[in-house]
Amino acid sequence: MVLKVFFPSCCSSAESGILIGRWISEQNSAVILAVVHFPFIPVQVKQYLSEVQRVTKVSVSVLGSWSNSKQEKEESLSEFLEDLGTIFSHEPWIQISKEGDSKFWSCSTLQKQSNNPKEEEIILVYYDQRKVMLSHLHPPLATATSTDHKADDASKLSAVFDTVAKSKILFMTDRYDDGPIKLTHWQSDGVEASIIVELMKQASVPACMLLTFLLSLISGICRSRVLKFWPLSFLWSKLSTCEQLGHRLQHLQVISSNKKAQNQTQLMRKANIFVSLLIDVALGILLMSWLYRKNRIGHLADTLIPVADHVAEELQDLLQWLMGAPAGLKMNRALDQVLGRFFLYHIHLWISYIHLMSPFIEMILWYVGLSACLGLTVALCILSDIIALLTFHIYCFYVYGARLYCLKIYGLSSLWRLFRGKKWNVLRQRVDSCSYDLDQLFIGTLLFTILLFLLPTTALYYLVFTLLRLLVVIVQGLIHLLVDLIDSLPLYSIILRLCRSYRLAAGVKFRVLEQQDGKPLRLLMQVNPLSYGSVIQTYRLPTYSCYPKDSWTSLCKKLFLGELIYPWKHKGEKQD
Amino acid sequence: MGERRYRSASGALVALRRRQHSASCRELAVRCPRLQLRSLSAVTSAVWLAAYGLFVLSENSMVLSAAIFITLFGLIIYLHFVKVDQESLLVIGSLGIQVTSSYASGRESTTFIEMGQVKDVVINEAIHMQKVIYYLCILLQDPGDPQGVSEVVPLFQSSKPRLDCLIEVYKSCQEILEQRKTAPQSSGIK
Repeated sequence: MVLKVFFPSCCSSAESGILIGRWISEQNSAVILAVVHFPFIPVQVKQYLSEVQRVTKVSVSVLGSWSNSKQEKEESLSEFLEDLGTIFSHEPWIQISKEGDSKFWSCSTLQKQSNNPKEEEIILVYYDQRKVMLSHLHPPLATATSTDHKADDASKLSAVFDTVAKSKILFMTDRYDDGPIKLTHWQSDGVEASIIVELMKQASVPACMLLTFLLSLISGICRSRVLKFWPLSFLWSKLSTCEQLGHRLQHLQVISSNKKAQNQTQLMRKANIFVSLLIDVALGILLMSWLYRKNRIGHLADTLIPVADHVAEELQDLLQWLMGAPAGLKMNRALDQVLGRFFLYHIHLWISYIHLMSPFIEMILWYVGLSACLGLTVALCILSDIIALLTFHIYCFYVYGARLYCLKIYGLSSLWRLFRGKKWNVLRQRVDSCSYDLDQLFIGTLLFTILLFLLPTTALYYLVFTLLRLLVVIVQGLIHLLVDLIDSLPLYSIILRLCRSYRLAAGVKFRVLEQQDGKPLRLLMQVNPLSYGSVIQTYRLPTYSCYPKDSWTSLCKKLFLGELIYPWKHKGEKQD
Repeated sequence: MGERRYRSASGALVALRRRQHSASCRELAVRCPRLQLRSLSAVTSAVWLAAYGLFVLSENSMVLSAAIFITLFGLIIYLHFVKVDQESLLVIGSLGIQVTSSYASGRESTTFIEMGQVKDVVINEAIHMQKVIYYLCILLQDPGDPQGVSEVVPLFQSSKPRLDCLIEVYKSCQEILEQRKTAPQSSGIK
């Protein structure tokens, strides 16, 4: 079988020594982690390796020898290196030698107990140790779900990535350390560290504790009995602002927990939540500063009442139009007048209510606008709630119209069954034939005719108010969609994919380097980054998202029958 | 080794280049025809004539600037995301198969499939628009079922070379895939 040697590109210019790494026998491949230089004492090397093995659980061993000679090949050195093979017994013993500045190295193996004496082909794969160590391999989504065969079918590449990632402790010693072993690896020129990261790590512990304390206070207040009384709890459940605030509170709890993240997924989720909150609050403060500059919020409050008045006037015009001959249709005069006057009085009440509230509007709006500093999502939710409150009369009209129409439709269907001599059997849940008395038939047919001829009027009112209600629902839905987008977008992962694309790996890609006959095949292994779509799909944050409850057909059916529709369902709401 | 010309399913000229890097490593690249200047000028003139017609009707000069922007952005997006320059297949015995598409703007999109997942490379038939064409595809092994196929990965989707070109590629791939069957099996996964 072909022997594959994964060689770190940072060790290409290292001095002669022995190679240490991991041998994966199932795949006939050797992952080289570092080069140990002369002089060394074999016993100390073995001790060091067993310690590394104990800490990292990776079976690190001596795999072969590496000779980097500036002049011609030295015979004595090559014999010495072969003798090393007897001290550190490893099957097969890999010998790589580089002459001068040549790119083409010679690679050979020494097999003591070999069944096939023929020369096996060797592939030399160069890899960037730092990038492979830091990157996280994402399996394709299909295989990620099936967890039956895990250990056996671990792909070759994930084994290589795992080996390098788990051997972090091997890379912690650099050449300025006074140890018995001198290694060359990617960090041997000096261990990297960032002051800012260290400072933030130190500062995060007390910050987390403070945040946890504050959050426990706030959740204690929220859970207190006072807020559980019926009118208030009903109000909280209907306002989307409270849900959004609860969602954000949950996020804060996730961030401020002092348990360290167990694996990559949890770490990315915490980071995503943190960045998302930060951006949200920053945008909210930006919005707030824009609103409060030049007293824009005062202007907004001033225009709110005229806008509400204008909407009410438009509705009155619409009702006058319906009470006449709308679109040339002939309405039943009496019913028309009754319904029209009823709705007009309702609008009159609404306008008086708005005018009653008008002196307080500016103050309320001013204080409510302050809560935009909690985040842009909260501001958008407040906007959606304000729209819902201002169009409450449209919602009322819709409910009245829908109930009336629904009653009419049910009455019509039941009387139609009577007209044909059938009856709805509640026990059997089906339509059965029934013999009616003459007077039952007479009154039933009369009522049926009356309802049938009054149908266009009711249907028209229902249609108009349903359209208005749907308009408001669509506007609210769009706002909630935007809030959802901001909530669930994994910004940290996207920025990571943009700036450090090797951290999120979908796989690898190989590039064939210059070849020379007689020398092993040279390949360069690079990290193939994940596509943006997969990044968003893998790391999106779960939300209490509202999505359409009904399919189009059931929605149309409900509209036709006059059942009340609540098209957006929140996750966690009980099914009704 | 070398380049040979073949035809694609739609009649355009494509070139196949084979390179053997070592006994178990081969690279096969199919180069698609380049973007023609006359089709580019035709599309640009059509868009600009339509914009000029709209401008004459509406007297709004924004239409003309909008047309210029649309043409520019459309061309950039076409070159970066749609126009494939070359599709190549790198078969490394015992490591895997790498499929690369290089776009006209220089972008490269690569997928690497490990040898353990590859069941076979076959030529298949498909109905494409009004024609029946041959295409080369990689069959991926189903981890649960040794006889099953979990996925079919079609190759050379933009260049769509004809059967004679595909047979050459097929033969080259099979020579390397056969090596893994004749190689002595070591203990472990299969």
